[in-house]
Amino acid sequence: MGPATLSQVLRQLPRLEDPRLLVGLEKADDAAVYQLSEDMAIIETVDFFTPVVDDPYLFGQVAAANALSDIYAMGGRPLLALNIACFPTCLPPEVLARILKGGADKVREAGAIIAGGHTVQDDEPKYGLAVTGLVHPQKVLTNAGALPQDVLILTKPLGTGIIATAVKAELAPPEAQEAALASMVALNREAASAMLSVGVHACTDITGFGLLGHAAEMAAASGVSIIFEYDRLPLLPQTVELASMGLIPGGAYHNRDHLGEAVTFAKSLTPAQQMVVFDPQTSGGLLIAAPPERADRLLQELHARGVTAARAIGRVVERQSWLIRVE
Amino acid sequence: MVKKEVDCRGLACPQPVLNTRKALEEITAGQVIVTVDNAVARENVTMFASNAGYPVQVAEKEGNFVITITKGEAPEKAPDNAAKPVAQSTGEARPLIYFFTSNLLGQGAPELGMTLMKSLCTTLAETDPPPDKLIFLNTGVFLTCTNSPVLQYLQKMAERGTDIISCGTCLEYYRIKDSLQVGRISNMYEINEALRGPGKVITVP
Repeated sequence: MGPATLSQVLRQLPRLEDPRLLVGLEKADDAAVYQLSEDMAIIETVDFFTPVVDDPYLFGQVAAANALSDIYAMGGRPLLALNIACFPTCLPPEVLARILKGGADKVREAGAIIAGGHTVQDDEPKYGLAVTGLVHPQKVLTNAGALPQDVLILTKPLGTGIIATAVKAELAPPEAQEAALASMVALNREAASAMLSVGVHACTDITGFGLLGHAAEMAAASGVSIIFEYDRLPLLPQTVELASMGLIPGGAYHNRDHLGEAVTFAKSLTPAQQMVVFDPQTSGGLLIAAPPERADRLLQELHARGVTAARAIGRVVERQSWLIRVE
Repeated sequence: MVKKEVDCRGLACPQPVLNTRKALEEITAGQVIVTVDNAVARENVTMFASNAGYPVQVAEKEGNFVITITKGEAPEKAPDNAAKPVAQSTGEARPLIYFFTSNLLGQGAPELGMTLMKSLCTTLAETDPPPDKLIFLNTGVFLTCTNSPVLQYLQKMAERGTDIISCGTCLEYYRIKDSLQVGRISNMYEINEALRGPGKVITVP
């Protein structure tokens, strides 16, 4: 669902005032955090969607990596996961078995276990996980801690939504498809462990609202503004070229329209380049706000752990009339 | 003039773009008139057609968007009916496109080829108006990167509005993608569309 409609709906829910709920709905964060004891809090998150790739096993992996990502973005480690699946009667059950196998393998890679799940009959397959993670209550990373002068680091390339649209149109070059798939199945575990070892101010993962949607949430929650340098953005192969052919998912336009005046662009950026930063991502990377003196070390740690796409893409500034500027 | 109507109402992304592309391929010259019922399809079809170099006109009509794309010849006077234009990007008669497939001009001694290439680019940079588009392919992409002997002339053309595109596969093959100095990166699809589009193409071998 688009950010505008979603916030409209969520506004109608009653506000919860429970001191044990460290992170709830009102922060527009990735997951809920609930304190159990002085040194223990659980992170709860759920995410599921329709297939983004044809291969059921790979789809299972992507969906699981995407669901687990919220735990990593909050600074936690995943413990338990429950499958959520929708499946039509017209498809052979082996397809569902492959999807679940993909999910199970990815969860095992994350060091967590699948403890059960729920499947309902539906016209279109859908799959995802509800995940429980563990974190120290004082070490929860939210999107609210970014400070002026922080360096913003993104750990995966952008463009999965545009490439998925190009795949549907049968116009995606194989190297773009392969790179998108490799990026989507990758866990954010190594990125998270690098960030925890260095110590950072804020983090969120980039998913359906696109880079700018999630960055705007970070900026709003932190009371700051953000400047991105377009030339530094890691992009999947051919992303801008495919975007300029009009292969842009509707979600990207919804994300753009939702942010409206909160975003400004340098005049030199083409319409297609501007749309890339709104592209909804599946199993996207972490956007990390790191103090400037630690940014280089964080990048080294990320690259050393195999998160080779990670780049410094911008910086945090004092709150301006705009939330985000792309130069 | 040939007019081809494409009804894309009720179709999900990316189908309207694909249907538009197919319709444009089926005519050599004329207009393709695409009707879509949502803003996403309007933006994507417009983006596709403008990038392929065709003049595009968008009008809102009874809750739908009517996108008129002109191929091959200058459009006739727009009909004065109820359709109200909301956006317009006009193109001049026939865009002039130079297609560089090598970093040297002509066969023979490489030094001479380079001198001739410099001389061609100097001339192009001084012509008025400058070419609409320069496409660089294979070793041609060395001309748009660091250490190119013609960089200043290309930059001069870019400042005057020439669209300069380099083949992404070629930049990657020669491992010089990071040293691109002028223009933008594109793919074979766009290059092919430009070569077969309405423009006049001059190949620089």
